[in-house]
Amino acid sequence: MLHTLPAHELNKKLDAKEISSEELSAAINKRIEEVEPKVEAYNSLTGEGTIAIKDNICIDGTKTTCSSKILENYVAIYDATVVKKLKAAGAIFTGKTNLDEFAMGSSTENSAFKVTKNPWDLQRVPGGSSGGSAAAVAAGECVAALGSDTGGSIRQPAALCGVVGMKPTYGLVSRYGLVAFASSLDQIGPITKDVTDCANLLQIIAGHDAMDSTSLNVEIPDYNQALTADIKGLKVGIVKELTAEGIAEGVRQVITDSVKKLEEAGAVVGEVSLPHLDYALSAYYIIAPSEASSNLARFDGVRYGYRAEAEDLLEMYKKSRSEGFGEEVKRRIMLGTYALSAGYYEAYYGQAQKVRTLITGDFKKAFEQYDVLVSPASPTVAFKIGEKTADPLQMYLSDITTIPVNLAGIPAISLPVGLSEGLPVGFQIMGKHLDEATVLKSAYALEQLVQFNAQPNL
Amino acid sequence: MIEEKDVKHIANLARLELTDEEVKKFSSQLGSILEHVANMSELDTSKVKPTAHAVALSNVLREDKVNHEVSREKALSNAPEEEEGAFKVPRIV
Repeated sequence: MLHTLPAHELNKKLDAKEISSEELSAAINKRIEEVEPKVEAYNSLTGEGTIAIKDNICIDGTKTTCSSKILENYVAIYDATVVKKLKAAGAIFTGKTNLDEFAMGSSTENSAFKVTKNPWDLQRVPGGSSGGSAAAVAAGECVAALGSDTGGSIRQPAALCGVVGMKPTYGLVSRYGLVAFASSLDQIGPITKDVTDCANLLQIIAGHDAMDSTSLNVEIPDYNQALTADIKGLKVGIVKELTAEGIAEGVRQVITDSVKKLEEAGAVVGEVSLPHLDYALSAYYIIAPSEASSNLARFDGVRYGYRAEAEDLLEMYKKSRSEGFGEEVKRRIMLGTYALSAGYYEAYYGQAQKVRTLITGDFKKAFEQYDVLVSPASPTVAFKIGEKTADPLQMYLSDITTIPVNLAGIPAISLPVGLSEGLPVGFQIMGKHLDEATVLKSAYALEQLVQFNAQPNL
Repeated sequence: MIEEKDVKHIANLARLELTDEEVKKFSSQLGSILEHVANMSELDTSKVKPTAHAVALSNVLREDKVNHEVSREKALSNAPEEEEGAFKVPRIV
């Protein structure tokens, strides 16, 4: 059962020569052949390897589709920095995983190609937008994966699929080679089977990169050293606004039980209010679409991507974009264009940027009292396929617990801590700017305390 | 609701061509999203500075020299149409 083991345990077996890397690669490939027809996590497969990459991150010479018709035949001409770093560390890739088109969505149902299923219940969504990566890790179709997180796109699918997912501090990991959605919010991060793997994978991909001008030039600590279960005196703040109304009762129960365990282990737990969180979703759904409408202007049918037949240039732009983009992408481009257009800019985009300042301020204040803040990573367990597709606003509301973190640019992790209705519940731990170490330490301690060993039955 | 003529205007700015059905749908969906985000106006932000980026970075400069080269062949490898080493587009005027 090699496909169920985390990378750090597999590495021990490899080092002890109990298994060879070829055997491991073959075992993962066999698992893919068995379960991929049911899960549909991948857009493309290599037939070897152990690490899966979300299909909005470039691998030189490989299709990078963003699960969009407009990039269906796009072949990347360079490696993303994270890919380069993984290759240098010896990684071989299993393939590219499915996502909501251009990472816009919370269920992976917005893919132009296929709907990825939740390995725990094939009638349900894996979350999104990194649903393919999270499902692949949960199903054993890879050892670990990379995702991207703009408003929760790593943490929410990790929560719904019962795996670990982390969004690092904005700027810790280079975005070079990640197809841009909302540049001030996007961040690449690990999706893994446990917290140790998460720390190790983050160690590989973190670091300054001259190719990303928003990349931070800071020293990267040894994250593995943070993985001690000693949390005596750790100050843990439960975020009041993210545990109140709108959170499913079963989810709340599992989260409360986990907080108790932290307390029993010596953590000092209190409740903290972030008064502006009620406005976070609003600010996000103006800022992210605004940035997206600008970023996606590059898809014009000229240099790459889908081109429609047309008589003149303007018609070509319009037809290529209208035929190439799916409904959610069009909706967000429209929303962003509206928010940035003359007469509305101040009321929407300008106000959203100010609300962002207020939310960042709330976090700063809370972190004066607490080392980490906690909440559910998703208000509900995995929902049914098709349940929220008719009403975009309902779908947006499923990001309520993850979005504030992106607005503030801080690190956060989701780890599985229990089941509700037979489905995994993700526990979110948020940390201070660049304090991944404390987030990982807290997550590691909680992981030891809850001993979540359930596996999906595929 | 936002008016259908506004939806059409925005679509034109975004270089999108919407079907009548899409115009109808977006007019109601964008309307309800905008209604939801309108709660931001409750906040007095007259003394709040806007945040454009999660991390305040000043201009990041590098030496003005070529240090990353994409070959012409690679740059053109995904072109829908090319001619004589350049991207080809339909008539502009």
